[in-house]
Order: sequence, then structure tokens, then C-alpha cells
Amino acid sequence: MITIENVSRRNFLQGMLSAGAFVLCVRTNPLLANAVRSGTANAGALAAPWDPSLDTTAFHPGVYLGIQTDGTVFIVAHRTEMGNGVRTSLPRILADELDADWSRVQVIQGDGDERYGSQDTDGSHSVREFFDTMREAGATARLMLVRAAAQQWGVPEEQCMADPAHVVTHKASSRSLGYGELATLAAKLPVPKKEEVKLKSPEQWRYIGKPAPGYDVTDVCAGKAQFGMDVRVDGMLYAAVAHPPVLGGKVKGVDDSATLKVKGVQKTVSIDPFTPPHAFQPLGGVAVIADNTWSAFKGRKQLKVDWDNGANAAYTSSEYKKQLQETARQPGRVVHSAGDPDAEFAKGGKIVEAEYFAPHLAHASMEPPVAVADVRGDKVTVWSPTQNPQGVQEEVAKALGLKKENVTCHVTFLGGGFGRKSKPDYAVEAAVLSKKMGKPVKVVWSREDDIQFDYYHSVAAMYLKAALDDSGRPRAWLQRSVFPPIGSTFDKTAVYGGAGEMSMGWNVVPFEVPNFRSENGQAVAHVRIGWLRSVANIYHAFAVQSFANELAVAAGQDSYDYLIALMGSARTLEGTQPPEQSQKYPYETARLKHVAELAAAKANWGKKKSGNGWGMGIAVHRSFLTYVATVVEAEVDSSGTVRIPHVYTAVDAGIVANPEMVRSQFEGAAVFGTSIARTGEITATNGVIDQSNFHNYQVARMNDAPVHVDVQIVESTVPPAGVGEPGVPPFVPALCNAIYAATGKRVRELPLTRNGFA
Amino acid sequence: MAHFKVNGVSRSFDGDPEMPLLWYLRDILGLTGTKFGCGMALCGACTVLENGKAIRSCNKQVGTVTGEITTIEGISAHGPHAVQKAWAEVNVPQCGYCQTGQIMQAVSLLAAKPHPSDEDIDEGMAGNICRCGTYQRIRAAIKTAAAKETA
Repeated sequence: MITIENVSRRNFLQGMLSAGAFVLCVRTNPLLANAVRSGTANAGALAAPWDPSLDTTAFHPGVYLGIQTDGTVFIVAHRTEMGNGVRTSLPRILADELDADWSRVQVIQGDGDERYGSQDTDGSHSVREFFDTMREAGATARLMLVRAAAQQWGVPEEQCMADPAHVVTHKASSRSLGYGELATLAAKLPVPKKEEVKLKSPEQWRYIGKPAPGYDVTDVCAGKAQFGMDVRVDGMLYAAVAHPPVLGGKVKGVDDSATLKVKGVQKTVSIDPFTPPHAFQPLGGVAVIADNTWSAFKGRKQLKVDWDNGANAAYTSSEYKKQLQETARQPGRVVHSAGDPDAEFAKGGKIVEAEYFAPHLAHASMEPPVAVADVRGDKVTVWSPTQNPQGVQEEVAKALGLKKENVTCHVTFLGGGFGRKSKPDYAVEAAVLSKKMGKPVKVVWSREDDIQFDYYHSVAAMYLKAALDDSGRPRAWLQRSVFPPIGSTFDKTAVYGGAGEMSMGWNVVPFEVPNFRSENGQAVAHVRIGWLRSVANIYHAFAVQSFANELAVAAGQDSYDYLIALMGSARTLEGTQPPEQSQKYPYETARLKHVAELAAAKANWGKKKSGNGWGMGIAVHRSFLTYVATVVEAEVDSSGTVRIPHVYTAVDAGIVANPEMVRSQFEGAAVFGTSIARTGEITATNGVIDQSNFHNYQVARMNDAPVHVDVQIVESTVPPAGVGEPGVPPFVPALCNAIYAATGKRVRELPLTRNGFA
Repeated sequence: MAHFKVNGVSRSFDGDPEMPLLWYLRDILGLTGTKFGCGMALCGACTVLENGKAIRSCNKQVGTVTGEITTIEGISAHGPHAVQKAWAEVNVPQCGYCQTGQIMQAVSLLAAKPHPSDEDIDEGMAGNICRCGTYQRIRAAIKTAAAKETA
């Protein structure tokens, strides 16, 4: 349901538009908003059957556009730019239907405001959730401009046409008026009925589906784009926070005498510990307030804090790993089942079993968490690189006992997000400190803060078992995963994966297996758990796609041929997602197979024999409604050093708004996957995270990233799906399968450094 | 008191001489194009030029700066630099946070090696992390810039 109102006389684009400008407000209520975001909406619940509470949440996304009397078109980017290209792709969808001249479009970043609907830029939602909305907004405005012109000239509107030159023309009389000239008149018109609005046919699209560079590329390259780290406010103080080293720790005592001697340090301020569950509350600790960032950092180093570490001090990840693995060997809760796998296993024959393990990961976006807050009486202004500006409003309001309407959140550019910046804890810190200081405060996290106090991607142990028939195909398949769930961040009793986590590559597999059961075992969290780019798909795809490869080996078959056969006949999978989602986005195995064929063909699969330190691996995975196949070519030398000369990825994401951005996302996903596979590992000793900076939490660099990533995009007419995340999951198993092909060594535990590879 | 030039302007600083150049540029001068990424010279986000050569400003104490510092604002003062143009042409940035450091590193690399090989580029740029994973495009943009310089 989409409704559009003419709000030209209201003041949504404060100060941006002159009197007489034409402003449209579009609202929609999509069924699918955030349905597969994560386990947060029903923490701890399982997905069999799908919990309907995930789907009925009322969302009212809206987006505003304005046409200035000089013809400038303002389009509000209400979603967050963090490299996802959303400030380009969404406005171009609208501009297309509006027949706007792209060079005359100005993109304005929207503040946090519930009138926009969901602004939480995660879950690869932006284009798929707002594609229709943006199109209707543009088409409605176009019709109103045409009507305005027709009225002006006293001719039937059918004789008037908008065209790409930003004008409406009447051919018969050779008259034309620019959009700017029509803005004032259009602003006085009633909004057309939905049935009057004609959307373009795909052949008429000028921007949708056509590659375009980033709207902000010039500013970014000049250092002019304002990231959260770059915000400067008059009279602003700087803060660095000494957080409790162990989650849930508290300050017993502080000696700040040396800190206060540091030049530029003004004072120290304590921040209260959180009340469990920690959710998005600050961790607590001691803040050092200073005149500049360096003084705050230096002062914090001099701080002597006596901590009460609390119960999580008993957490050591090497021991915890054994517990997870032990749990994965025992029956768990059933997530989905078909047929009777136990009966098949009891028959004996060829049985294959394998255990996989994937550790915690940190986001490590290049810009560490940072926020500026200015608390004035009962009003708060926050500037933050946030994926979730309304979350900032809510959490700041909660922490300060205010109404969220009293919190303004300006969204800056994000120096990476990957899910970390949808958790507003650091913005709340800034607000708490600003209130205490009576001045604007900028909280700057160091890299060490970022790595040691993250909302970590979860650690997971998985157990898989299959019984093969005479042809080597599985007649029974059991899979069990165990991980501390994201739900634990919001519910301290949550020990099972949520529906979202189970939908991420675990409840069913895209393989034709007559007897199947997926299970989930319980795990108690000892660190903050959160979502990270592609979330539970990472470990689930690693296990499932590695195991499929192991079965190919057990069957003595080519791994690509085996995978194609395993996907089986063209059919629609049930039980993977909510029914409402399946209507619009059915899970079609034929599309998954198709991308596998494309990737393999481009990679010249099978032309060169694997072995002797060279190999290719393949993996397929559907996540965020997008079908992806990835072939990785790996070279492994005698010392175990892995080089990745080529990656071939094929993507079916439905209609693609901006292929250039899609390409970038999948190129980047291969590099992100390389970081996960090679070195990604967060561990803890006595509750304290062992890693702290890029020397011991290494990420891919130019000299160890894939040299060349080839991205094929399937042309499609079905609704758009997600593109920011789905490139990550298949990369890791494809690489591990390639390493197996090259060396005969199977990687069942990430990262590669745990397996003698570098 | 430290005396040096930043983007051609003479500067002196009588604050904490241990303050890294990075924070002097960002917090004192307000030149925020140079980014903070790690504070340990591990990621390259803070790269600036000292007498034309790339250095990490996060571990360079302001009290030890003697030469001429050029930041991203400095190379952009008269419109985009050839390297910035190449970056835009190849559409390198995703989030863009590391790119000013990448660009400064590339400017330094191209000054030393106007026609870098793939190995030169890998070696020259390996100290600059891009978490979005734009390395393939960075390599292409450096080659584009090198080709334009010749033309």
C-alpha cells in the first residue's frame, strides 16, 4: 500500500527550498520490512514454523522529493551511505521515473525521522524495500508536472510529455516549460490517484539498470565528504572512554592523578555500567574529557582503574570452543525436518560426517565508532556515522529520560559499517557525557576500543552427517549448528538461534535430499553478539558448502558436476523464509543452478587439472534473496602461502538498480571474505579479547587480496533483492574447496592460519 | 616550538610536542581529510606527504616535523589532482574513508615510479588497508593515472 501526499506547504526540507517549491511525500507499508534482518525481533525463538511476529510489524517508509523553482531536484537519501552506494542507487530510481536530468539532482541526507519509515540500513534492504516507493514518487511527480503544464497551456494532458531534458513539452504548439517553471503550479495540484500514475516499462528506463558512478565520488576523493570522525562543533570537548575489559565489568576504584596532569585533559567522568541485557547501552567505565582527541587518548593511558570483572572473567575462548563442539555432537532442537534421516543412517552404507568451526569476528570498519552529542536542556543533537539514526534517537532518549522526538540525529558518511554502526551504544556515550559536561562532546573510539569492545559476529560449531546412496548422492542429511545467538544481546536468557539466524542458510539446504533434518544447539554468550555483513550465512554457508564438496570427494565426482546434481530438479524451496516473502521472492533452485553454471563457465571450470598447488573451488548460496555462485582459483606454495589470482562470481539479484554498485559490492565481498578466511579470528582469555589492532587482527591487504574479481550479473525482470551482503557467504567455502583441490588438505576450522596456511 | 609548512602555509605549534601530526592536522588545523584508522601506522588512512614522500601521520610526532607537509586538501587546492581524477574515473571508493590515504600513497608511489608494475603497486600500496575491498580498482586507477601522465 503506497500513499502519496502533496506536502509542499509543510516544511519537511527545512531551509532547502524556496517558497513555491513542489514537495511530495510518499508513504508505503511493505509487507517484508526487515523480515530476515536477524534474530532480534524474536530473540531465542526457533523458526519452525516461521514466527509471524517478524512480518506484521507496521513500517511506514516514506521518501521526500522537492523540485526547486530553478529546476533543482532534491531527493532525500533517508538510508545510510557506507559504501553500499545507496545515495546513488535510490535517488536514480526516482530520477528515472521523474525524467529528471541527473546532473540537476541534489541528494540530501535525511536525519533520523520515523516519517521516513525504516532507516536501519542493514540486511541488504535499501533497494528492495524502496524500489517501488521511489518509482511511484518519481512517476507521481512527473504526472503532476505534466498536469501543471497542461493547465497552463489549456490543452489536454495526454498531449503533453515530460522528457529527459527536465521539461514538459506540447508538441502540437511547440511549447515547453522547465520543471522549475512548473514547480509552483504543480505544488498546488492534488495528488493523482494511484491508478492514474503510469510507471515506465523497463525498456523506457534511463537510469535503472544502467551503470553510474557514485554520486559523492569527487567529494570523497578530495577529503571533503564529512564522516562522523570529521564532525566539529563549536565548543566541543573530546572524550576517550576506558571501558571495562570484561563484558559486565564495573569500576571499583579510579586513580586519575596522572591523567589530570596530561596537557589538554580537563577531567574524568564515570559512565554507569549497563543494566542487563546490554542491548545498545554503553558499556560503562571512565571517560577522559579533553581539549582534543590526542589528549583524551594520552590521558586514558595514564588512568589507573581497578575493575571488578564480574562473571564473564571465566570466559576463555579455547575452552568455550570445546563446549560448542561437544554440544554440536549432541541432538539439538529441530529447526526443520523432512523424511526420516535417522532411519536412513541406521541402514548403514556409506556415511560421511564432518565438524566445522568458525570463530568470532570483529567488524573493524576503517572509521572506528565515533559520535558528537550536544545536550541542551531537554533537547539533544547527535551527529553520528550510524546505520540506524532512529535507533540513535530511541537509545539516546531512553538513556537521558527524554522523548525521542527531542533527539535530532544527523547522519554523516560512514567509514564502513558492516553492521557495527547499526548499534548506537557509542552515540549514547556521547550524549551521556555531553549532559554531564554541559557542552558538546565528541566520543572517539580508538582502533583498540573498536576491536576489543565490538558486537562480535558469532562463533559457531557445526556438525554434519550424510548417508550416500550407490551413486554417491545423499539419501539422508543431518546438520546441527551451535552458536551464541544475536538474541543474547537483547535477552540474557537467549541461548538458541533466532528465526533470522536459522533462515540464513540453515533451516533448509538447496539440495535434493529426501531425508533431512536441521538442528540448533544452545550456547550462552559471554561477549556482545551482533550482526556482521551477511551474519549467520557466513558460518552456515562455510559448513554446508564445504560439506557438499566433501561429499563430492567421497563420491569420487567432480565437485562442480556433483553440486549441480545435488541442486537437482528446478523447484521452489519451502521452509526457508516467511510465506509472505515467498510470494514475492520464491526460492527457486533453478536460479541458483544458473549462477553456478555462469560462474563455472567464466572460470573455464574443468579445463585445467587441480592438484600440485593449484585448484579451483566452487560454492553457491542464496542470502538476502539473492542467488550467488563463486568460483575461487587458489595457488598454494610449499610453505602454505595461498595466493588468489582469480575469483569468478555470478549474481542473480533480480532487477539491479545500478550494476556499477553491484559490481563494487561483489568485488569487495571477495576481499571481505578473504579477511574472514585467512586471518579472521577473535579470541578471549579470562573474558578479555586477545586482539587489539591490525597487527593481530589482520585484514586483507592489496598484496594478499584476490588479484582479479570477475562479477557477472544476471539480467532479470523480477523484483530487486539485496546486494551488500550476499557476496560474502559463498566466498569462504569456495576458497577452502579450492585449497582442498590444490593441496588435498581440508579446512574445517577457520581461519586458514589455524591450518598451516598463510 | 615546532615550525613547519602545511600545504604551503607556515605553521608553528607550542602544544604537546608528542601529539601525532594526524591529530594536529585534524583537531588543531581542522584538516579532516586525513583520517584516523589505527594509531599505529598499520592501516595508512592517515597518509600525508612529507617533502613529497608518503608518511603515516598517526605516529609522527608534531614536534619532529621539519619539512613541508602536504595533505589531501593540499593536492586538491587547484581542482582534482591527476590521481584523484583517475580515482573518480575508475569509481574506486565505496565508503571512501581510507581513500584519501590511498590517494596520497599513490601520489607518492607515482612520484617515485611513474610507471609502476603490478608488483610495484602491490608493494607500494600494501600498507594501506581498504576494508571495503577496493584494491582491484585502486590498482586500475593507479595504472590509469600513470598512463595519463605519459599521454
